[in-house]
Parts: sequence; C-alpha cells; structure tokens
Amino acid sequence: MQDAAGAVVAFEHVTKRYPGSDAPAVHDLSLTVPAGEICVLVGPSGCGKTTSMKMVNRLIEPTSGRITIGGEDVMSLPAVELRRRIGYVIQQVGLFPHLTIGDNVAVVPKLLRWKASRIGERVNELLELVGLEPGTYRSRYPNALSGGERQRVGVARALAADPPVMLMDEPFGAVDPIRRDRLQNEFLRLQEQVRKTIVFVTHDVDEAIKMADRIAILQRGGILAQYDTPAAILANPASEFVERFVGADRGLKRLSLARVRDLDMIEAVTVRAGEQRGDVRARLDRVEELTYALLIDDHDRALGWIDQHDLTGGGPIDPDAATPGAPTVEPETTLRDALSALLGSSVQLGVVVDGHDRVLGLVSVDAIGERLRAPVAAADGELHEVGEALP
Amino acid sequence: MDWSWIARNLDEIGQRTLEHVLLTVIAVVIGFAISFALALLIRNHRWLHAPVVGVSGVLYAIPSLALFAFLVPFTGIQNPLTAEIALVSYTILILLRNILAGLEAVPRDVLEAADGMGYTPSQRLWRVELPVALPVIVAGLRIATVTIIGLVTVTALIGLGGLGYLIVDVGYRRFFLTATIVGSVGAVLLAVLADRAFVVLQRTLTPWARPRAEG
Repeated sequence: MQDAAGAVVAFEHVTKRYPGSDAPAVHDLSLTVPAGEICVLVGPSGCGKTTSMKMVNRLIEPTSGRITIGGEDVMSLPAVELRRRIGYVIQQVGLFPHLTIGDNVAVVPKLLRWKASRIGERVNELLELVGLEPGTYRSRYPNALSGGERQRVGVARALAADPPVMLMDEPFGAVDPIRRDRLQNEFLRLQEQVRKTIVFVTHDVDEAIKMADRIAILQRGGILAQYDTPAAILANPASEFVERFVGADRGLKRLSLARVRDLDMIEAVTVRAGEQRGDVRARLDRVEELTYALLIDDHDRALGWIDQHDLTGGGPIDPDAATPGAPTVEPETTLRDALSALLGSSVQLGVVVDGHDRVLGLVSVDAIGERLRAPVAAADGELHEVGEALP
Repeated sequence: MDWSWIARNLDEIGQRTLEHVLLTVIAVVIGFAISFALALLIRNHRWLHAPVVGVSGVLYAIPSLALFAFLVPFTGIQNPLTAEIALVSYTILILLRNILAGLEAVPRDVLEAADGMGYTPSQRLWRVELPVALPVIVAGLRIATVTIIGLVTVTALIGLGGLGYLIVDVGYRRFFLTATIVGSVGAVLLAVLADRAFVVLQRTLTPWARPRAEG
C-alpha cells in the first residue's frame, strides 16, 4: 500500500499551565520525533505525558511554545481539520456502538467526504491490514467483538485517512498481558509497513522499551528527564530519577532490547498425528540438542511435546501422549518476555510462531542466556549511533 | 354485560378510540419537541439543569384534576387545548429526564474518540451522541405514551376523554357497567399495543443494542 510516510513532530518550548494551578502540567518541553519513528512518552502519573500528547491534536491547547508537524504549526489549521489528519487511538478504544465495524473504520474518510467507492475499498484494505477478515467483520457491531478485536478496529480506524501522525494513549492498557504481547507484536509488524510517526503514551516502562524507537521519560511537573533510545537510557540513565524509574533490574531489562528474531532458531522436529514412531525417532536422533518432537495440527499449529522416551516401539503416534503447554513466542517478542514464558514450562523450549500461529522454529533458554552474557556491546553500539545523530 | 349495546354503538366506540389516540399522539409529539429543545438547551447551559428539571417535576406532581380546574377558566371546557396543556406538561418530566439520561450515558471514551477524530460539536451531537442515546430516548417515549393513554381518560371531566368518555359519561353517570368495561378494556388494550409497538420500534432502530449473539 502507498501510505504517506510519517512527518516530523516537534515540540518547541511547550508549556501547559492549567488555570488555578501554580505548577505547570508540562514545563518547557522540547523534543523532536523523527519521521516514521515511535516516540513513547512514559512517566509516573501527573508527569504530563497524556497532556503532552493531547496538545499535538489540540484536544488540549498549550499555554506557550509551539508544536509543528512536518514544519507546520498545529495552530495554523482549524482544530477539527487538524484532527482529521492525525490518527487517534485510546485505551478504551471508543468504537461507536451504533455503527458497524465497517462504518467505524470509515468515520474519518466520511468526514473528509471521500467517494463511497473509495471508502469501501479503503475499509476492506484496512481490515485486512489489521488481520480481520472484511467479509466476516465489516457488518458486525462492536458489541460482538472481543477486546483484542476492538483494539485492532481502533487502529484501523485511526489509519483510515492515511494520516502521517498517530497518537496512541495507552492503547494496549486494557488487554490482559498475553494478548497485549500479541497486539504489540502485531502493531510493530504493522508499523514496519506503514511507517507513521507515532506518539505513544504509557506508564509501563517495559512496554516503552519494547515499542519505542525513542523514549521520553517525564517526571512530575511535566519535566523531561531524558529523551533517547531505549538502549541508551538503559545503559546511561541521565539522572537518579530515571535510574529509579527504569528500575533496579536494568540488566534484565536490556533483554527487552533484543527480540526472538535476533536469536538463532532451532529447527523443530515436527510430527503429525498418525506418523510412525520409528520414523520420528530417527529424525529426532539426528538433532543433537532436541529430545522432544513437536506435535502439530493440519494448520501447522503446535499442540504439544512428544518425549523421545515415548517413541520406543512401533506403531503410529498417539496424540494423547503429547505433553501440552508449549509456550509460544513471536519473532517480535522481546527476549525478556520470551525468557519469562520459557521458564514457566517444563521443556524450556519456546515455539516461535507467526501471526497465524504457524510454527516457525524453536528457541531455547540457553540461547537467551548466551545473549544475556553479551548485551553490553550491543547497547554501546546503539549509544554510539545516537551520539552521532545529535547536533 | 350488554353485548347488544356494544353492537349498536360500534361507531361511537370507534370514534372515541380515535379521539383517545389523537389526544395521546398530539401530547407525546409536542411534549417530545419541547423536551428535546430543553435538553439541548440544558446541554449547552449546564446551570439550567436543576431549575428546568425541577419545574418539570413540579408540573408532574400537580394532581391532574387540579390542573384542569385551574385551566378551564382560561381555555374553557371541551377545548382540546385545555386537555393538551395538561397532558403535555405530564410528558415533559419523563421525556426530558430520559433524553438527558441518554445523553449523559454516552461513554466518555466514545466522546473522546469523536473529538479526537475531528467531529465538529454539532456533528458529534447528531451523528454520535443522539444515536447512542436513542435506546434510552425511545424507552422514555414508551413510558410517556403509556402514561398519557391512561391520563387521557381523566379529560372526560372536561368533556373530552376518548374512551374515558365511555367510562365516565356513559358508565359512571348512568350506572351502565358495560360502557365502563368497554372504555377501560379499550384503554388498556391501547396501552399494551403502544407498549409493544415501541419495543418493536426500538429493536428496528437500534439493532446494535441487542445483547450480543453467539461468539
């Protein structure tokens, strides 16, 4: 698809003071989000992160300073026109209950008076992009959808008019941790295609580290404590506040900088119900590091492990003998989340799956451990890059 | 029960039923128009909320007999205007409260999303807030209509009354039980019919508000 790439978003000495309050909510904030990057605003409550984000589409207007998108002052347009050019995703999604999913996605194109045929095509394209089959979902109402599906519709709706900039306010905050991980991964894959400039608000440091190209850590009173890449912030916190906010487990958090796709995957020995035990045993014997075969179904989805000790004798594989509960991770899953998933499983192997749950390969706890012993070099490398980018 | 009286007076009964329906429809339509306008006014001027809802509550609390007694010297007996002024004032409390409650119940996240996507305030009202409030508004119309169908019978005291005429003027004043029964059963049937009609209307207008089906 030919989406407009992102535009640079710049805060220039932006201050927000609410009437009747002495301390500003946002104090002299200056930062530049490069085009096509995800900037995560993170900090404790009362740090002004949501206020900062809402000043971009003027749901809140700054007291002083200015914000530009692609060099253009956001105050130079009427507020409603500005907002139609900026995608907006919120935690509770805010789908319109009286409109079908298709009509929800079509909201901004309709406000912009696109032709009906163009809107119809765009809606289908977007629903496919977020992994919802248009034929099934277009004419449903929001109350028939799960939380994760609604969140995907929310993202499709925000992308509808192809805005260069998206604002996301704790978009995955209302979903349970396992679905959140999948939605985050999905969104990162989507962002690789659409390359929007994204201002993303969260209170969760781990989410910030995972999602961000750059993190802005704000502290109470709307003061910018540090603005840098996740690797640089973890390696060199600018202040005691940042160090405390990021947490004592910075070493472990560095695992969030690398992803499952950065590891060498082990090719799984996969079996389907009905295969002969002898054949499987022979295949398994050829792979030194594996003592388990992975039982999969007709759609290449993992069902469970088959221990090599259960492969003695002849006859077909008995699917009921498989040990269920193989933890699945995606290429985008951070090593920290992968480690946590793997440690909870008896086999200590993770199944890497794609967005459709198809098995891609295996990763082991050992591989992550190896990575843990050498993360410093990687972080320094990125730090070096950042140093060069600064004026 | 004098069945032959019913057979002989079918025309009269039909006439009174029609009158009953007309008195009700006019009251609910005018009452809705006034309530809707008041609700929009209150939405833009929050301070009006307490006084306006308060006055409509007082109107609702006045006994209907007293209201007729008060109005007749000004608007006269047998004048539909006398009946409608009273009937309309009873609808306002119910309708106004439901319209306001419906608008207030629109989820905050829906409003925030609408603002964030660039709806103008009037687009937001007509395309988002009112449609989302519709089930509550229709519920108000349903209660108001059923209430007014009952109240119309009382206007028999000023020479109108629809089916109430049969109850009071024929049944009560002439001790003729059949007419009382016909008038009462007719009014109850009208109320039940109206109630069912609003249930169907609501399902048709707001298919999205049905409890989720399977999956």
